Formats: sequence, C-alpha cells, structure tokens
Amino acid sequence: MKFNFDNPELKETRQAFADALIKLGSENPDVVVLGGDVSGSVKTNVFRDAFPDRFFSVGIAEQDMIGTAAGLAVAGKIPIASAYGEFATGRPFDQIRQSVAYSQMNVKICASHCGISVGPDGATHQSLEDVGLMRLLPHMTVLTPCDYNQTYKAIMKCVETKGPFYVRFYRDKTPNFTDPNEEYEIGKAQILKEGKDVTLVASGLLVWEALKAAEVLEKDGISVKVINIHTIKPIDVDALVKAAEETNLVITCEDHQKQSGLYGAVAEVLSLHRPTQMDYVAVEDTFGESGTMEELMRKYKINDEEIIRKVKKHLKK
Amino acid sequence: MSKNPQLGTIEELNEMARQIRRDIINMLLIAKTGHSGGPLGTADIFTALYFNLLNVDNENPYADDRDYVYLSIGHIAPVWYATLARRGYIPIEELKTLRKVNGRLQGHPAPFKTHGVPGVELASGSLGQGLSIAVGTALGLRLDKKPNKVICINGDGELQEGQIWEAVMTAAHHKTDNLIMIVDKNDCQIDNRVQKVMNLDPMADKFRAFNWEVMEMDGHNMQNILDTVNKAKNFKGKPIVIIANTKMGRGVSFMEDDYRWHGMPPNEEQGKIALTELAPTKFGDFV
Repeated sequence: MKFNFDNPELKETRQAFADALIKLGSENPDVVVLGGDVSGSVKTNVFRDAFPDRFFSVGIAEQDMIGTAAGLAVAGKIPIASAYGEFATGRPFDQIRQSVAYSQMNVKICASHCGISVGPDGATHQSLEDVGLMRLLPHMTVLTPCDYNQTYKAIMKCVETKGPFYVRFYRDKTPNFTDPNEEYEIGKAQILKEGKDVTLVASGLLVWEALKAAEVLEKDGISVKVINIHTIKPIDVDALVKAAEETNLVITCEDHQKQSGLYGAVAEVLSLHRPTQMDYVAVEDTFGESGTMEELMRKYKINDEEIIRKVKKHLKK
Repeated sequence: MSKNPQLGTIEELNEMARQIRRDIINMLLIAKTGHSGGPLGTADIFTALYFNLLNVDNENPYADDRDYVYLSIGHIAPVWYATLARRGYIPIEELKTLRKVNGRLQGHPAPFKTHGVPGVELASGSLGQGLSIAVGTALGLRLDKKPNKVICINGDGELQEGQIWEAVMTAAHHKTDNLIMIVDKNDCQIDNRVQKVMNLDPMADKFRAFNWEVMEMDGHNMQNILDTVNKAKNFKGKPIVIIANTKMGRGVSFMEDDYRWHGMPPNEEQGKIALTELAPTKFGDFV
C-alpha cells in the first residue's frame, strides 16, 4: 500500500461518527442516541437534528447516561452513548461494569476527544486510561480505529454486532489513509506493511506515526512490519505471534498510558505464546497538559521520531 | 402457574406474603449469609406486584408485553427470588441454593444470560443504578408506543447515591409516566437509621420539587398497596414515585425496625423463633 506522506488528506474521525450515525439512523429505527450536553463537540447533534424522537438528552450526567442506555437496550433499542473519552469511561466506570458489561447489554459507548487529541483542554480532559479501563471488563469489545474511513466502518460494525462496545476516536483532523473499500473485521489485525527486522504494532493516532517512522527506517536499511490493531479486545493473537516470529522485535505505539493499554495487551499475548523482545511508545505513567496535539505528541514522546529512536536503540548496527 | 395468576383476596395475598417471609428465613438459614431486614420488609409489596398488579408470565419471562421490574437495591434479592419461585419462574427447591457456588441465586441479582435467574433483566447490587435503567426502558417503550409499565424498586438509604438524582431529573425532563418508582422507606441502612447517616427528609418534597408525582402508601397494608399502585398505573403526565412506608424486618419481632438486621442472617435459634412467629401457610415450605 502507498501512502501520501507529504500531503495526506486530513479528516476528523468524529465526523466519521456523525456520518455513520446518519446512515444508521435512516437504516435502522432501533438506533437511538444519548446526549450528555456535549452533542455539538462529539457530533451527535447531527443525529439529534435528523431524528429528534430517537435522541435523548440526559444533561451533564454520564453515569445516568450509561444507565439510561442500558435500560433502552433492555427495551430492544441499540443505544449509542457518547462523550469525551474520559467522561465516557472513567466517570461512569462502575455503571459500565455492572449495567453494561456484566449485564451484557447491547450498548455502544462511542467516545470522541480521546487520548491526547483534546490537547489545549489539558490533563483533566485527556483520556489516557480509557483503553485500559474498558479492556479490563469481561464481555467488552474495544475498537480503536486509526482514521476517518476506519472509524466510519467501526461504528457501523459495532452497531450490527450484538454486545457491549467501546469505540475510541478523536477531535482533531488526522490523516485519512486506509482503503475505504477494505473489509473491517472485528478482532482481525490490519497488516499495513510487511518487514523483517522489527514489527510496529500501533493503534489509533499512532498508526500514521508508525507508517511515517517505517518510511524513514526503510531508507536506513531497516525492514519494518506495521500492524494496525484496530481491535484491542479481542486482540488478534495469531497476527501478533506471526509478527513476533518474523521479526523478533515488537514495539507497540499508542496514545495512552504505557500500562494497561496496547503495550499491556500485546505483552500479555507474546509473553504467553511467543516471548519476544518488546518496547513501547506510549505515555510514561504521567498526566498530560495543555498544548496542541502535535506539541503534546512530541513532548510526551508519542510520535514518529520516538518510534524511530526506539527502533534504532534496539537495532544498533 | 402461568400468566397472571391472580390471588383474588387480600387474605390470600397476605398468606402468600407470609409464606415468602418464611421462605426468606429458610433461605437465609441454609445460606448462613445474606440480608434479612429489607427482604422481610418488602414481602408485601413483592407479593402484590407479582400476584396481582403486574402483567408478567413466568413461562415467558421476557415476553414483549411484560411489565419490567428493576430491583435497584440488589441486596434484598432473597425476597425477589422467593417471589419468583412462588410465582413459578424457578423451582421452589432452588431457593436452597441462595449464594451457593454454581447456582443462579447470586448474592445480588444477575440477569438470566449472565448465570442469573429468569425474570431478572439486568444486574444490580452496586447501588443507585436502577432508576437510570428504568428511565431508559420507559423511554424505549414510549418510542414504540407500547403500554408496558416499568417498576423500579429503590431503598431510602440508596437515594444518597448521586446517580439517583440524575435519573430523577431525566425522568421528569422526559415525562416518563409509564415509570413507577417505589421507595422502600424503612429509615434503616447498614450503619444506622437513615436520618442519622444522611437525612433524606422531606423526601416527598424533594421529588415534588423535581416535577414528580408523589404518592405514599403503607407498605404492609395489602389493600393500600393495590390501590396505590393501580392509581399510579393510570396516572398521566409525570413520572410517579410511591413512597412506601415500611418496617425493616417486618413479621419477625426481634428484627423489626432494627437497622442491625440490614445485612445479617438469623442463626438457627433466631430462625426457629422467626418461623414460629410467621405461622405456616397453605402454600407449604420448600424445606
């Protein structure tokens, strides 16, 4: 696959959410959406305006939003609850645990403004623990699509698949580079590039960074495989083991705390099935701060430069 | 027993409530763990709901036309299990398995598909969550123009949870008049009297200020329960809360109105006295 590194198309993943909601709303009368006041930010306002009867405002009350969603699911609806990543997961964690995951309710938690992407708002609004929290829950499926095209498909898939889902996406425009016609299969890793020396296992925002890093590394004679883990749970064990066998070095790349997120998930798989030299590019057990997304990715070392540094550290020639 | 087996007379309903109280004592004696006070205090309400007021079918617990019951205070599960067993949802002998490993009668209720019992829609136990769920179901039913009712049973101490008041706002905002919240007001919680731990009075005024219709009933007067819930079922325009004045541990003299019986089972000797005070009924014990 060829990527336009110089001038990629930039699109908001939250717009993919909005576009998918309009499609779902017109196709499936059971799809309902809950609004927790931030409907303009997370773009559920487009669904509200198109299908006012199926949009329920609960006010600034995320715990109630999750419960109301679970109750709608009991009544046969497919509720989509949306907020910023932190307020969609951390704030109502116990409600998600009991009323959604343990109860196996068909609730879709679709969070925008995840990871460091909410930049200037600062640490309180940056969800760097959401993947860990959601991955911890039995019965929960966790999707972390990497761009507009994939977010659109992830939203469509989560609604057509029964069970509790967490889907993570972003506020800012990000490169839109995956093939819109490629099938999106939950739990199946996307191999973006083959290589022999190192595997970059990336998710979300860091997939593009991994591709950029791979491009640079190849010029330095390092052969890089790039895997997009768009489903963190259930994770694609076979793809990870195969990659470990092929390259003997695996580096995970994510915009999340290093503990409990993608790094943890991949380490759990490889330590059991194929112990392999690993490293990570992730947030170093710290909270963020205000700044633009690009500034923060540089400062918190979750970008292409850091990926290149980590790879070279292990593959000194 | 199948759909809508009405117990016609107040005497029969009272006798069933007494049997359910005997079942609760017997369950707790076998389990040697579990809550006594709340289950005994709500036996009359559960009997009225399942043997007279609700449209439910034990042979088809998840029928489309069912009335929905949410027990937000999951810890009083023994009264729900005993009622469901007497109503034919589960075998009566299964009551011996309360809180036992590999059983369905979890310490706090689990839904059927998560190793729980039929008739339970969703897990409860972590307090304060049931009302939000009930509001969600009420909204879903209204969207489909269905006449089903949603009942949510809450405790008075439980109203200290903030999520309850979020849901109280949501229900009022959306005017879910197909929802009836029943508050088991026994002024007891695990630490002390509710008034001592965190006062909630004036409770009725709080709900009225949030635009709810408030009704009150004597939670141990069967006729009063039937009349009040029937009135609530026909009320239009606002969500309805029924404040049920009850005594924790009702029917067993040494437990009655004593908060220390919130989370304790009786020992063998206490159980014997309790079963003497709650005279045997025509329905018969499961042990």
